[in-house]
Amino acid sequence: MSVTLEEIYETAGMILYQNLDIRTTTLGVNLKDCVDSDFEKFKENVYTRISSLAGRLVVEAKKLERKYGVPIVNKRISITPVSLIMETHCAAEKFLGMAQTLDRAARDAGIDFIGGFGALVQKGMTRSDRMLIDVLPEVLSKTERVCSFLNVGSTVAGLNLDAVNLLGAMLKRTAEISENAVGCAKFVVFANAPEDNPFMAGAFHGVGEGDVALNIGISGPGVVKSVVEKNRDCDLTKLSEIIKRTVFKITRAGELIGRELAAALDIPFGIVDISLASTTAAGDSVANVMEAFGIEKIGAHGSTLAVALLMNAVKKGGAMASGNVGGLSGTFIPVSEDSGMIAAVEAGALGLDKLEALTAVCSVGLDMFAIPGDVPEETINAIIADELVIGIINNKTTGVRVIPVPGKKAGDRVVFGGLLGTAPVMAVNPFSAKEFMRRGGRLPAPITSMRN
Amino acid sequence: MDKELVFITVIGKDRKGIVATISGFLYKNDINIVDISQRVMTDGYFVMTTMVDVKDAGIPMEEMAKQLDAIGDELGMKIQVQHENLFKMMHRV
Repeated sequence: MSVTLEEIYETAGMILYQNLDIRTTTLGVNLKDCVDSDFEKFKENVYTRISSLAGRLVVEAKKLERKYGVPIVNKRISITPVSLIMETHCAAEKFLGMAQTLDRAARDAGIDFIGGFGALVQKGMTRSDRMLIDVLPEVLSKTERVCSFLNVGSTVAGLNLDAVNLLGAMLKRTAEISENAVGCAKFVVFANAPEDNPFMAGAFHGVGEGDVALNIGISGPGVVKSVVEKNRDCDLTKLSEIIKRTVFKITRAGELIGRELAAALDIPFGIVDISLASTTAAGDSVANVMEAFGIEKIGAHGSTLAVALLMNAVKKGGAMASGNVGGLSGTFIPVSEDSGMIAAVEAGALGLDKLEALTAVCSVGLDMFAIPGDVPEETINAIIADELVIGIINNKTTGVRVIPVPGKKAGDRVVFGGLLGTAPVMAVNPFSAKEFMRRGGRLPAPITSMRN
Repeated sequence: MDKELVFITVIGKDRKGIVATISGFLYKNDINIVDISQRVMTDGYFVMTTMVDVKDAGIPMEEMAKQLDAIGDELGMKIQVQHENLFKMMHRV
């Protein structure tokens, strides 16, 4: 045979017992050419563009699931940042109307999330950007599938603190008017946001992209955990090699399916995002990988080293496997979507301070964590600013997806259900940075940005 | 000549009639067996894999996979149907 029985069994085991899947196939779609001076016609153009492409994506993805026996869990759409296409229709009710059109197009095509209702404001805000931020509580609470992002900082532009200072109040309002505060789970604020990230809630189709591109997000914390468990006593170099080899294999599966799907749709293949992405399913936890390393609970001293080791090995294995690695490509450590992270917070092993430290070496940031609803807005702004400046100074992406839950206090739980999971409400430092945050303005870009 | 190779993998507890059931199904649908291999793995699972050429198969691959799922349920075993390209990509540089 061209492959051995052991290799076939290893692959089958990854899918059957270790939750290997293609986590997302995200079709990036340019909407700039849908703009029309007649707003009704504009919405119709957007609806038609999205529903026709999304419908084909769902059909072709199902065919490949059968061909390779690898589940493709989510089929999604990312679009041009909406503030750009709304510049000539800059009115609150029109922003909401566009959000509802996007929601309807996604629903009718069988797409669970559509990303890109956002803006790039790392240096300044246009009137349209500002309008979009103002309308976000309504959009996030009144639509089901529309995801939003803002990029408020970058290594070359610094941090737009004036934009950050709008977000605490926006998030608190969103939490108040959406059931179970779930609207906040559909919003991510970034520094150095990648233009080809396939993962929600932060996916958008960047302005440097073509008309369409297919991006793939693989998964596989369960697969990595399984090989780590079989190598309990090896040193860090060997451990890293074992993870690299495994990630190579799972990334190759993503590369194969992504390229075939793009060819079937007759569109360019974009990137493979090699991030390990957890779900709440048993055995699909990134935190459990750390525990298999020998960390009692994630958050214990040694966890930052463990996350760094994992990240490094994932990137090296993935880079060898795909000619087009992109997106976020690392390891997500969301709290509510990872059973090991939830357990660590509830056991007192992991607090917000250590979580922030872990994000300095992971791919994204403070993700899907709940805080008490009475945390002042300035403190939420400060949490966001702290996290994003880690990305700006270290030339990497960082993001924040925070949920201030009304009426809840530290130690409570909030259940979102489905992919969004269950969040233990985390304690926040009670001291204030209000006077500092009030200064506003823009943090100048770091010296490392001056490379020309 | 051009072949379209697919692996049918059966995993579970060993029992009588596995090879007969799978090969009977393949014969009925005009699918040629190219190679066949089976073993009890170190973790105790019985694994049988059949490499078949579906180039001239009497049914489409999606339908074959669906029917084999049902046979797997009857046998109390897991059956995976996967195109050869997946293994070549994952296990060969």
